[in-house]
Parts: sequence; C-alpha cells; structure tokens
Amino acid sequence: MNPAEKTAEKAAPAGAGIPGRPLPPEPPRLSVDLASFSYSPEGGASLFTLEATTFDVRSREVVAVLGRNGSGKSTLLRLLAGTLAPLSGRVKLEGLEVSRLDLRTRAQRIAMVQQENPLLFPIRVWDFVVQGRYPYSRGLRFETDDDAAVARQALYEAGADPLRGRWMHKLSGGEKQRVVLARALAQQPLLLLLDEPTLHLDIAAQVDLLRRLRRIATDRGFAVVVVTHELNLAAEFADRIVLLDRGKTLRVGKPVEVYQQALLQQVFGTLLSVEFNSRGVPKVTFSGAETE
Amino acid sequence: MRPLTPRRLLLTCAMLAGILLLVVFFSLKFGTRSISIYDLGALLFRTVTGHTDQVSSDFRLIILDIRWPRIVLAMIVGASLSVAGASFQALLRNPLADPYVLGVSSGAALGSILSLIWAAQLPGATPFGAFAGAIAATAAVYFLGRRGGELDSYALLLGGIITASFLSALIMFLMTTISGRELRGMAFWLMGDLSTPSPVATGWLFLVLVLGVGAIYTTAADLNLLLGGEQEAMHLGVDVVRVKLVVYLGASVLTGLAVSVSGAIGYVGLLVPHLVRLLFGSDYRLLIPATALGGAIAVVLADTLARTLVSPTQLPVGAMTALVGAPVFIYLLRRGMA
Repeated sequence: MNPAEKTAEKAAPAGAGIPGRPLPPEPPRLSVDLASFSYSPEGGASLFTLEATTFDVRSREVVAVLGRNGSGKSTLLRLLAGTLAPLSGRVKLEGLEVSRLDLRTRAQRIAMVQQENPLLFPIRVWDFVVQGRYPYSRGLRFETDDDAAVARQALYEAGADPLRGRWMHKLSGGEKQRVVLARALAQQPLLLLLDEPTLHLDIAAQVDLLRRLRRIATDRGFAVVVVTHELNLAAEFADRIVLLDRGKTLRVGKPVEVYQQALLQQVFGTLLSVEFNSRGVPKVTFSGAETE
Repeated sequence: MRPLTPRRLLLTCAMLAGILLLVVFFSLKFGTRSISIYDLGALLFRTVTGHTDQVSSDFRLIILDIRWPRIVLAMIVGASLSVAGASFQALLRNPLADPYVLGVSSGAALGSILSLIWAAQLPGATPFGAFAGAIAATAAVYFLGRRGGELDSYALLLGGIITASFLSALIMFLMTTISGRELRGMAFWLMGDLSTPSPVATGWLFLVLVLGVGAIYTTAADLNLLLGGEQEAMHLGVDVVRVKLVVYLGASVLTGLAVSVSGAIGYVGLLVPHLVRLLFGSDYRLLIPATALGGAIAVVLADTLARTLVSPTQLPVGAMTALVGAPVFIYLLRRGMA
C-alpha cells in the first residue's frame, strides 16, 4: 500500500461518509477485466472455458463467488491468485498484473486460504502461522522479532491466540480454519482469497469465521474474495456477489440484486424461494424438488 | 513453544556430534580383538600428536588401517542415506518415501554393476556409475509419476516400486552372467556391506556428501512449507519447481554415493529421519543436519554390531539395519507416530 493511500484511508474510514454525500470513489484494489480461461488438452478442443469475466473488488470489500460445482469458481480463484494467467483480458492488483508478479512479491500481496490439506508431519500452531512470514525473508528464515509480532497480531485477529501452543493435527475443524486464516493474515496481504473456507465446519464455526472475515476486511482494509456454497451466509456477510454458471458470469452485484428467485433457480437447478428480512438481507429456502 | 533459533540448531548438532564421537570411539574399541580403553586412548593421543612410531604395529594395523577407514565409510553412508530419505519424504509428501522404495538405490546398484562389468579398470568408475544409475532411475520414476502434466505423489511411489522391481530383475540377470567368485562378493555387497574398501579416496566421498547435503539444505525452509502441500507452498512464495529439482538431484547424488560405497543398506533412510523427528520435531532446518549426524551414528552402530555380534564371522551391515530397523519401524507405525 502506498503512503498516499494510507492517508486517504485515514481521512475516510469505512462508513464515515457525510450523510447525503457519497464517499469519493476509491480506485478498486483488484480489477478483473474481461478475463477468460480455457482448459484444453494439447491441441484438442477445450474441456472447460471460463468466459470473459469483469468485476472489481475494493479494499474493505467482501465479494462472494457463488455457483454450482464445475461452474468455474476455482478457475476464477486461480486467475485472481495469479497461478493461472488469463487467456485474454487482465487481472490486476493495484495496477499490476497478478500472473506476472514474481512468486515472492505475489505472496506478499495475495494470501490464499484453501480447503483443508493434511499436514505430513506434526507441527505446532505457532510454527504454522510463522510460515506466513516466508515471503518476507530469505535463506534459513529464522524468526525475527518483527515476524513474531506480526504472527501474534494475526493469531489475535483470527481468534486463534489461545491455540498457539497446540498441535495442528489436534485442532477441531473450526479451530484449524482460524489458524489457517491467521497464517494468511501473517502474510500481510492486500488481497485475501478463500476457497470454500466453511466446508466441513458446523454452523456456529461458519458464522464465526465469516464474521471475523467481515471485521478483518473492515478493520485492516483487505479486499476479500471468498468462494462458497453457503448462499445465506454469503448474503449475510458479502458486500457483493459474483454468480457463475457453467463458465459464464451471470450477474455481479449486491446480494439484493443477485438473489432473484428465477435466477437462482436456474443456476442451482432446484426450486427455492427468496425472502428479505427486516435489514433487506435475502434469505434462500430450498424446497428440495428439482426444476424441469 | 520454542521457535528454532541458530543457537538451538548449533547446540543440537553439537550434542549429536558429541554422541557420534563417543560411538566412533567405542566402535574403534570393539571388534574380533577387543582393545582396552586405556590402550585405545593412548593410541589415539599419540596419533593425533604425531607420535605414531611409539604405537605397536599390531594396534596401528587394527585400529587405523582396518577399523577407522570402515567407520569413516559408515559415517558417510549413514549421513547420505538419511538425508536422502528425509528429502524424498518431504518432496513426495509421503512418510514412507525412501531411496529404496523409489527404486533410486536399485538404479545406483545397477549403475555400479554395469560400471564394474564395462569399465572396472577406470578409477572412480563405480561411484560415477552409481550416480548415473541413481539419476537415471530418478528421472524414470519422475516420468512414471507424472499424471496430467503434474507430479502425482502416489503415481510416483508406485512408479518407484515398479522401477525397483524391474531393475532388481536386471541386476539378477547380470549377476548370473558373472563368474562364481565375483558373484559371492556381489551378493554380499547387494545386501549392504562395508567390508570392501571404497573404490575412491574418502576425501572425495566426503566432498560429494557435503555438496549434496549442502544443496538440499539451501531448500530447508522451503521443504517445511512443502509438507503442507505444493499449492500451499506456492501461495506462500516457494519456487516449487526449483526446490524439487534441487532436492531430486541432491538426493540422487547422495543415494548414488551411498550405494557405490556400501551397496543397498535398507531402513536407514526411513528410520533415522523418523527418529530424529520424534526427538527434535519436523523442522527441516534442524532435521537435515540432525539427520546427517543421526544417520552417521546409526550406521556406525549397526556396522559395529555386524562386526562383533557373531565374531569372527561378519554380517552384512544391511542385514543388521533390517533386523533392527524393521521391528522398530513397525513399532513406530503402530504408535501412529511414523
């Protein structure tokens, strides 16, 4: 983050706009501009295509990517992470194309929380979280005081502080996910990507994790993109929704704009109803029967 | 919670080096002819201070010309195999990975045998044959382990097992074409044996050991992250392709080095890293040097037992490591710690 932007953030904290006058527009942190991708065996016809997708993510914003399995959510996430280069179009983070950043720089700017990955050998929570400092050092990477301070802060923000002396393989699913989040925070990224972080979590842990994400995004100015299957949680915690269907971006917008009965029924292939609560947050109820 | 500091790293290594010295001292003492601690101490003191002329020629022959070179080889072989095993385990994300399972040792053995058949008169032919065999076997296994353009850990392990059995068949075929007297030596060597003197000066072996372990050690911090998966490591900034290449080549060279000296000594590459992990944790920055020293200790101990257990007959050290290693490994596995 450049110093000028830091000042701008201080001058205009989230939600502190003068009533009736909109905040001055902030340049988007992540911009996806007509980015597309296609998997194809060498020389053969393409197996899967993610069609040109366009949307922005600003700092402090949580964007949820929704869609059925195979709709291109993971491909989109890999484009955002820079591990795939778009076939056409651009994915830029603060003006720089993410797939062209070197690995180290990319890891300082983009952190990814993936689905649970078993560890090969036992490791303590603290050592795991300090791994987030990897892109900031070289050689044998002995932990510095700075690293320790950042890791402590990250553990605190992720609500994993009491776990620091525990073994990773002895944590519950919810605890583990908080620790994985803490490691991502220790990377001090500009953009935080999460691939189905609530999978395998009980409902309390799901709500807890998303509430934390929401707060961290607001407090620390992260841009957050989360791929999820939880329609109702996404509606509750995301500022905007990217709705994917078979490689096409059907709709990008606020939950209210995207959660339309006909649209969701078409995408998810099941009968459902959408209601809005008193705060205007949509709530989806599935009826269980299939559409034709 | 104790993060790894340079101080802890050095202290642990110093402690292991101390244990190694002690083990070496007792290994020099024990043998077909046991020597008193006093005599051994006096001999070592006089040797170190340059007064070898005051030592009886008998002692000098037994200690300095027979036992000491063998102990040096045992240390080099133990360190090589252990570090190669620890490296393959991280790289393949599989606690059962080891130069033997991967077929790399069989490749090295075949390379050695071919070099003996074709170029026995050339100096250094065996180690070079073993290096070439190890690297070729690794490349073959690497090729077999690719699925859909990416390296698949399980396909790789299976590829290794198949490569190992194929190469073993080739070795059997070659051995039947070699005359009887040589065959017996070869069979002994294949079981893992340290009684044949090294084909090249130990100084060179030591240099290769240091280079191989050093190259792998430059990736120690990366290997820690690879334990959590390649994708995760990449998102944390690890150059996964480079790390894998360095570690594959390094581990192949170390395996070739060990096999060219001692044939196939099993279980060392599997057991030592696991024991070191139990004692000191799985941080590769500490694990690699500690495993090198631990491997040296283990093979010197095993070879001392092989020399003395049914003295004056000698067992191949590979049989010794398997006799001790297999039950301990099963014990570890059953405790769920391996």
